[in-house]
Amino acid sequence: MKKIFAEFSKGIFRENPIFVIVLGLCPTLAVSTSLENAVGMGIAATFVLVASNTIISGIKGVVPHKIRIPCFIVVIASFVTIVELVMAGYAPLLAKRLGIFVPLIVVNCIIMGRAEAFASRNNILPSIMDGLGMGLGFTLALCSVALIREILGSGKLFGHIIVKGFDPVNIMVLAPGALLTLGVLIAATNLIKNRGN
Amino acid sequence: MDFKIFLTVIISMVFINNFILSKFLGLCPFLGVSRNIKPAMSMGMAVIFVMTLSGIITWLAYRFILIPFHITYLRTITFILVIAAFVQFVEMVILKKSPALYRALGIYLPLITTNCAVLGVTVLNIDNFFVSGKPAQLSFLLSVTQSLFAGIGFTLALLLMSGIRERLQVNDAPRCFEGIPIAFMVAALMSLAFMGFSGFRF
Amino acid sequence: MKGRLVVSVSPHLRKKENIPWIMWMVFAALIPSGIVGIYTFGPASLWLILISILSAVLSEAFILALRRKKVTIFDGSAALTGLLLAYNLPPEAPLWIPAAGSFFAIVFAKQVFGGLGRNIFNPALAGRAFLIISWPTYMTDFAKPFTYPDAVTAATPLGLFKNAGMDIHAMGLNYMDLLLGRRGGCIGEVAVLALAVGALLLLVLRIISLHIPLSFIFAAGLLSWLFPAQGFAKGDPIFAVLSGGVILGAFFMATDYSTSPLTRKGQLIFGAGCGLLTFIIRRWGGYPEGVSFSILIMNAFVPLIDRYVRPPVYGRRDGSGAKAKTVP
Repeated sequence: MKKIFAEFSKGIFRENPIFVIVLGLCPTLAVSTSLENAVGMGIAATFVLVASNTIISGIKGVVPHKIRIPCFIVVIASFVTIVELVMAGYAPLLAKRLGIFVPLIVVNCIIMGRAEAFASRNNILPSIMDGLGMGLGFTLALCSVALIREILGSGKLFGHIIVKGFDPVNIMVLAPGALLTLGVLIAATNLIKNRGN
Repeated sequence: MDFKIFLTVIISMVFINNFILSKFLGLCPFLGVSRNIKPAMSMGMAVIFVMTLSGIITWLAYRFILIPFHITYLRTITFILVIAAFVQFVEMVILKKSPALYRALGIYLPLITTNCAVLGVTVLNIDNFFVSGKPAQLSFLLSVTQSLFAGIGFTLALLLMSGIRERLQVNDAPRCFEGIPIAFMVAALMSLAFMGFSGFRF
Repeated sequence: MKGRLVVSVSPHLRKKENIPWIMWMVFAALIPSGIVGIYTFGPASLWLILISILSAVLSEAFILALRRKKVTIFDGSAALTGLLLAYNLPPEAPLWIPAAGSFFAIVFAKQVFGGLGRNIFNPALAGRAFLIISWPTYMTDFAKPFTYPDAVTAATPLGLFKNAGMDIHAMGLNYMDLLLGRRGGCIGEVAVLALAVGALLLLVLRIISLHIPLSFIFAAGLLSWLFPAQGFAKGDPIFAVLSGGVILGAFFMATDYSTSPLTRKGQLIFGAGCGLLTFIIRRWGGYPEGVSFSILIMNAFVPLIDRYVRPPVYGRRDGSGAKAKTVP
């Protein structure tokens, strides 16, 4: 039981996919302009991650080693298509704001990386926990970037003005602000890691 | 008139909506293969090639298979499979025909399959140049142009980055900024500089 | 005393001068333009300049202390960054604007890369780009020239040229006005003659060479003459060169040692690239002026230029040429 929990918790900080392993950066930067987008993207990616980890770990004995990558891609792409259709149906505004980054969950390195590095080598339960942990770690990292960018860049949080009389730093919701924020956050993670050693 | 549309697409893809610096597509290879100029150049060439041809193939697939059979919701899955198969095919051809080229580009090709810039440009082509399920005017040519110059913009950013990172190898940046974070700071400032082109129009 | 303040000991091209000396000389060369700017736009500009310098120096001291490095704020580099940033501000910007800009310039464009001489991008220009993208309203709101109440308008000549399609006569200006700074614009860019005096000082002292400024000015002027909005070879090159920040940029910002190429040939390419991009941004871009963005973009090209344009005598092809660079 303890081991299962460890599979879950490692993704949140120690092996955080974004800050520590530095994967899955494209959506992190692109959709982190507001917390709302970040949460939406986080949930979508976590769903795909958990679902694909489950299936891949289930079929790991059946699929020949040589064609495993195309098979993983098909599995992942199927779940992404489900997400696309569900999101377009029930949250069309969110789907519109996330734009091409919904279909691009397919090539999110985190999902393929976990399929290859974890799910194809472990049983179903640890794979689900791994997917949940990594998904949560991804979501939290995404939200922390979005939190900084939305507060500084628009003076708002979830669309509500929180600081009055503040001239928002427009650049933070634009491309350079995203790169800047993530760079500083990864540096901060490094600082904490170095202190720990 | 037509000329202007194409020029706008070109400038947009290379500078204003540069895939790396503004759309954040293809960041993993951007950070992974930008330590030195030579591999960056090879990677860039491979990306330009794969992007352009993927743009062509996926456009044809969308226009002549997905639309007639009313299965456009299978776009994502089709495109990623087409790209993966195409990259695999290119890899085999290069291996057979030119081992020298394979040594130069070979290891980058598998990476390209999961490069979101490639899938990104193909999806973008469909979003931009199809209007309610029908190809817009000049749709095919515009898609090809967009794919080619998205690749060129990617390569430009990659080359600039690799030149800067070669120079940064001798710096004494704060320790926590070494490696990835400083690359992000460079990218942020490059993106800032490229914003000078915003509002561009002919 | 001066020599003891140098932190990074790099191989020097010029032996007799040291870094603080160069920095303070450039600073001094910029003062005439500042005086004309303050005279033209009024005392508010003086406050902007002082706050910009102060904020740059304090940010530098703060970061160096944080990094447990020797606090070398008297080497003039941070003060120069602050001064240059202020010169690129509209004269009536709110006072927190230079403070924010200098902080960004020093922290994110300079110290993150390791400080003096290690930066890839010109800090002052990065600071300005940060400001103009973050707060475009404050950064494009120009005051009327204070001393010239009959001045036609507060807008900059380039702004009028771009948005209203006016030529210099329609603006009620002549070339003399441009030379003497009787026009709207940023604090330190309007006084072209004063800038020229400063540039001459730096040239005589051999702190800068003519390669970058001349190729920059020539490219910008030539292209503006050849390809105006209407017709061919009917542009006004003198207006193009004198009306914006070209002189300030070409002599004082594009020539920054650590962000410009090593070789003479490389410098010519760099300058011409700045001129070309300035022209492109002015002609088709969203901003009326493109000098700072074009220098920033060319800054990114410097390592590639240095690599592919071989130094004539010293340096090697493998990129180690960059290591032998003088650090201002």
